[in-house]
Amino acid sequence: MAFSEIQKNLLKEVAGLEAVPNGAYNIRSNGSLGGRNTTANIDIITKTDKPGIDIIIKKSDKRERVDIPVIITETGIKDLVYNDFYIEDGADVLIVAGCGIHTVDHGDSSHDGIHSFHVGKNAKVLYYEKHYGGGDGNGKRTLNPTTVIEIDEGGSLTMETAQIKGVDSSIRNTQATLQAGATLIIHEKIMTHGEQYAETNFNVQLNGEDSTVHMVSRAVAKDNSVQKFNSVVDGNCKCSGRTECDAIVMDNAKVLALPGLNANNVDASLVHEAAIGKIAGEQLIKLMTLGLTEKQAEEQIINGFLK
Amino acid sequence: MLELRNISFTAENEDGKKQIIKNVSLTLNEKFIAFTGPNGGGKSTLAKIIMGIIKPTSGQILLDGEDITNLSITERANKGLAFAFQQPVRFKGITVSDIVNLASGKKLTVTEVCSYLSEVGLCAREYVNREINASLSGGELKRIEIAATMARGAKFTVFDEPEAGIDLWSFNSLIKVFERLSEKTNGTLLIISHQERILNIADRIIVVANGEIRSDGNKENILPGILANSACQALQEKEKVN
Repeated sequence: MAFSEIQKNLLKEVAGLEAVPNGAYNIRSNGSLGGRNTTANIDIITKTDKPGIDIIIKKSDKRERVDIPVIITETGIKDLVYNDFYIEDGADVLIVAGCGIHTVDHGDSSHDGIHSFHVGKNAKVLYYEKHYGGGDGNGKRTLNPTTVIEIDEGGSLTMETAQIKGVDSSIRNTQATLQAGATLIIHEKIMTHGEQYAETNFNVQLNGEDSTVHMVSRAVAKDNSVQKFNSVVDGNCKCSGRTECDAIVMDNAKVLALPGLNANNVDASLVHEAAIGKIAGEQLIKLMTLGLTEKQAEEQIINGFLK
Repeated sequence: MLELRNISFTAENEDGKKQIIKNVSLTLNEKFIAFTGPNGGGKSTLAKIIMGIIKPTSGQILLDGEDITNLSITERANKGLAFAFQQPVRFKGITVSDIVNLASGKKLTVTEVCSYLSEVGLCAREYVNREINASLSGGELKRIEIAATMARGAKFTVFDEPEAGIDLWSFNSLIKVFERLSEKTNGTLLIISHQERILNIADRIIVVANGEIRSDGNKENILPGILANSACQALQEKEKVN
């Protein structure tokens, strides 16, 4: 399938792809298959019972990359997709997913992706996910990603998510269950502006001995946008959990952080840090003494914060 | 050359008005000038007035004859003023390399960034990509602040108590940093300091106390008085304890 310039741009924004990748990939474009390739280590199979795919990462995989981008350039699309990742014991994989919506007229478009990760014993997953909205249309761009993560003994998953402007409404739900010695690391970056709304809900169950979770959310809310950050960690055994929420509020924006730590075992060690506030005046002054205008200083601080 | 004409500053708080700076006039054009004097005497306020961080209640500031009283911090920076803060600010996500680059106003090579850091005794490679966040100690932060300020290459540079929070080893090298800086600079360094060894390398020492200039001159004239005074204070405090 040949892609238009707008589609190519979306692929670049969400997956950093300059061309169709050489390795395994599945591109979903306007609700249907836009291209697929499989390799000896990574298989991709279309689901027969519902929209979506199964991605099977074999144990022989050592650091291969698979791209699963979704791009939407038509309005009026209401896309719902189930992607199940099966990562076999001992596999090591880089998964790059993401969704880009580019609308030019007034119709709404949405994509609800439900990603399930079954991470096998001692398997290692690096998962990048980026959300991007572009185009001049004032149709609403909605993305509601759901991520369900199960990590078996000794497995690990590192998830990096970013949503920088352009998405009008998003509700991100992430649920994870960790077995003994499993590790989950999540870095989230969000910037909202205008009238946008972004909600993040994390729920992590630490069920196995010495399982660990570390979640870091960095958020900037501008204009009249609203963000909610709910993170719940249940420590059900000897385990450790840490969540951090750092947010900069500007203009008339609102940010609500609701941490929930449930220590259900005497050996559960759980920590939460939240810091929400405007850009510190002394930071602006410092950068202004270096010759930046107040506006440039503000941009520098935000870019650094979300880097 | 920087000129302060009849600068006054009155702060307002819940107890009413307090005059912090009282009609100060100074012409500053030596290579190395030190402000010293008791805490709360107005040294930092005067320095912040020069940089535009604090607006004076009355008076005029001139840089090379141009009235800069109403210019913003940014405009003053672009005219050649620089300021190293006593308590440097931390930034999440901004690296040491970013701040030195921003300070210099151009894209520096890693080697150039490293040379500024080495000047202040930091093992450069370990620091260039570190974020200026809570993981840095006060002393490290302070040295990065001095390195970044040096990278400005400004014609009039203020260092607000550069020795504060620096350990003894670093303090010795700090003196050398300022000796080298005063040799290299084509402009003026204004250093706020309580340290005899820093005052000792100054061309001119100005004692600011109670919002006024108490004394002003070269080190031969000023330093003996300050030392006698501080010895006296130390004795008085000892007596109090006894």
